[in-house]
Amino acid sequence: MVPPTEVSAAPLASASARRERTDVGSDTRTRVACAHCGDPVPKALRQPPGRNSFCCSGCEAVYGAIAASGLDTYYALQRRLEAKGRRARVTDKQYEEFDDPVFADLHTSDRGDGTLGVELFVENVHCGACVWLLERLPHLEPGVKSAQVQMKSGALRIVFDPGAVRLSHLARRLAAFGYPPHPARGRSADQLRRRETRRALQHIAVAGAIAGNTMVLAFPLYGGALHGIEAEYQRFFLYLSLGLAWVSVAFPGRTFFRGAFSAWRARTPHMDVPIAVGLGAGLLLSTYNALRGSSEVYFESLCVLVFLLLAGRFVQRRQQQRSQSAVELLFLATPSSARLVLGDERRQVPIEALLPGQVVEVLPGESLPVDGLVRAGSSHLDTKWLTGESRPVAVGPGDPVSAAAVNRTAPLQVECTAVGEATRVGRLMGLVETSAAREAPVVGLAHRIAGRFAVAVLVLAALTAAIWYQLDPIRALPNALALLIVTCPCALGLATPLAFVAAVGRAAQRGILVRGGDALESLVRAGDLVLDKTGTLTAGQPAVTEWIGERRLRGIAAELEACSAHPIARAFAPLGGGGERESTPVSEFTEHPGLGVEGRIEGSHYAVGSLRFAQARGFACSAELEAAAARMANRAATPIAVARDGGVLAIAAVEDPLLPDAKATLDGLRRVGWRIRIVSGDHPDVVRAVAQRLGLPEELCRGGVSPEAKLAAIEELRARAGKDPVVMVGDGVNDAAALAAATVGIAVHGGAEASLAAADVYLGRRGLAPLAELLAGARRTFRAIRTNVAVSLVYNATGVALAMTGHLDPIVAAVLMPLSSLTVIALSYRASTFPAGSLAPQTQTVSP
Amino acid sequence: MSLIYLILPIALIVAGLALAAFLWALRTGQYDDLDTPPQRQLLGDERD
Repeated sequence: MVPPTEVSAAPLASASARRERTDVGSDTRTRVACAHCGDPVPKALRQPPGRNSFCCSGCEAVYGAIAASGLDTYYALQRRLEAKGRRARVTDKQYEEFDDPVFADLHTSDRGDGTLGVELFVENVHCGACVWLLERLPHLEPGVKSAQVQMKSGALRIVFDPGAVRLSHLARRLAAFGYPPHPARGRSADQLRRRETRRALQHIAVAGAIAGNTMVLAFPLYGGALHGIEAEYQRFFLYLSLGLAWVSVAFPGRTFFRGAFSAWRARTPHMDVPIAVGLGAGLLLSTYNALRGSSEVYFESLCVLVFLLLAGRFVQRRQQQRSQSAVELLFLATPSSARLVLGDERRQVPIEALLPGQVVEVLPGESLPVDGLVRAGSSHLDTKWLTGESRPVAVGPGDPVSAAAVNRTAPLQVECTAVGEATRVGRLMGLVETSAAREAPVVGLAHRIAGRFAVAVLVLAALTAAIWYQLDPIRALPNALALLIVTCPCALGLATPLAFVAAVGRAAQRGILVRGGDALESLVRAGDLVLDKTGTLTAGQPAVTEWIGERRLRGIAAELEACSAHPIARAFAPLGGGGERESTPVSEFTEHPGLGVEGRIEGSHYAVGSLRFAQARGFACSAELEAAAARMANRAATPIAVARDGGVLAIAAVEDPLLPDAKATLDGLRRVGWRIRIVSGDHPDVVRAVAQRLGLPEELCRGGVSPEAKLAAIEELRARAGKDPVVMVGDGVNDAAALAAATVGIAVHGGAEASLAAADVYLGRRGLAPLAELLAGARRTFRAIRTNVAVSLVYNATGVALAMTGHLDPIVAAVLMPLSSLTVIALSYRASTFPAGSLAPQTQTVSP
Repeated sequence: MSLIYLILPIALIVAGLALAAFLWALRTGQYDDLDTPPQRQLLGDERD
């Protein structure tokens, strides 16, 4: 720990270091980096050299908290790791709900020795420096026994003494460091997943160890077969490998027999059937031969097969962490606590403790925790994710509001009418769960072939036995069994998982995260492509897309609108020029809610707002500008008048702009046969305007669709589409159910977490170009799989021919079996499914 | 020449020990998180 006297010196050193670091490589203008997060600091907030500058008050508060605790080594580590912090926000949350008995019941576990264990999810954990800082907690708080972070998931496990420290205090401390904690949900599912992974690894370890050792034991046997070996030693090696092979097949390999048995009971073809037949036949024949003293055994092939198949399946399954429960999804969409209003008092409580009839307060920037009626206050709600509406909705006393909407402008008091799963978004997440569960698994090409393959192999084996029984009864059974072994579909069983794993890995490098290979397989045929509008085809945020009239007023408009919190006002921010100019002070600022703003800058009187507002405030508008405004309104953009000293001088169009690559991408996809539809929750006029610009027929584009109707639309399309896939692309909570119900659900960059959880594919790059890449990649992957299957069928045909004619001696089988697997592995990794080369990850969203 | 009867079982026992060590590591959760421990290792002794 650092004595407090040293604290003041260290931040100074780190601040000047940061200034130097960012100066290198920047243009002539000096750029000052925030001492906490490294973002550029706006000119107005810059401090003289030698003092720390901060980009926002959040970062400043966090820096203060960290330095005051003597933990400023954090910044040294951050620089060393070349990591960038995240912009911190100040939360004045008190985390009282963490001390609530309901919370203790739900989230803490008694460890028996008077301490409690709790798992929290903390935001903003992204590098080693964060891990270091968070794990210092026991040094700062004597009541904390241990703190352990999992970097990837942001899970923080704390063991503390409830007598010495309160959990709410720890939570406040974490928040002060810039890591707001949340109670961990879905722990049971997580534990289940962990147990499953451990069990699979156990099986793979055993299978791998045995495979290696039987291969070593096979060397003297093959050598002996070629050059002679004393019977005594041969028997010794045979018996050892026999014992090992039985362990491998009986312990890790039994999963194939279990799979084959259930496939046989369900009368559905499954890859496990031919595998189990091959394994069983191989083991029995080899055992029989070994006991006879013959070295025609396949023990090492069988053990390697078990190992490779288990490893292939493990890698494949790790990518398919599917369908979370409705409750977990709900937690992703709504906040975990609410500010309960009790008279003049406010208390933070977990939402599980809320009852209908109670009143909660929601501050600007927070999302609504419950469904309810507004009791006091009026504000604008952003329901973009909930309904897909791109324009904010104004609410006042008496209006019904839904959980998960984001409060934008002013504090609201809301009387709860429904909590948790009873809310609209809760019911929506229930629909996600049921539609995900109802979806039938895709029966992939390899599985379909495997079914027929198993039947064909059994028929051929019977035929071989029958024919050889006529010719040479003693060789009938060995030849039939040899056929069963050599046709054991090692290559077939590996072909699909490997090709998918290779493709999914390549896609991930391109920023496309695919959950499971069957999603790729479903995207091979062109079908219906249903797109959401807000946030998917458009940027999801209003922006100024057109400016008619005096251009010099752009900066002034930005300045004036910067004083307002209204969502439309934010569209003007990029016009300000990014801190190049000194900001000009605005005086006599007044905001007319829902209409516009006015104020005085450098002696002139300015107004920015709707045209009607400007005219009502006495600004005259030329006919030309009025016509421009009418034209903008016609294409569903919002015209904003910018006026100075009695006259409207410019009109700006504010709208949710189309993504620049939307039209080109959709045109390309239409050419390869996809039927493109838009189903949006936004106003039909806006949807029509977007459809027009994309050149889509209007009857395929629907606006004003509720989340439930979206789900119904997808289900109807699926019922009509037959074998063709119905692909849904969306970003909001309102799309989640539709994403889960579609053959393949694709969530786009920047979407709500609930939609990510419900989707099969996540496009991690901005824009629609990755969508085209995904569909093309899926087709190339499928081609690679077909090649693999063809290759393994050729090998098997050769094997069958040799076995049926009685020419299959163990050496040929020993060469043939691994060679086919190796070919398939090589082919899978060579196939160019997604273009190689990694892209620089796009973390920051660029304003269009 | 019967040395092989001794050496081979020993080799298998050594392999079994390695397997047991892996299974122990697995059961104690050492394979649950592969990202954080290396970071902790590098940064843990800074000014403690």
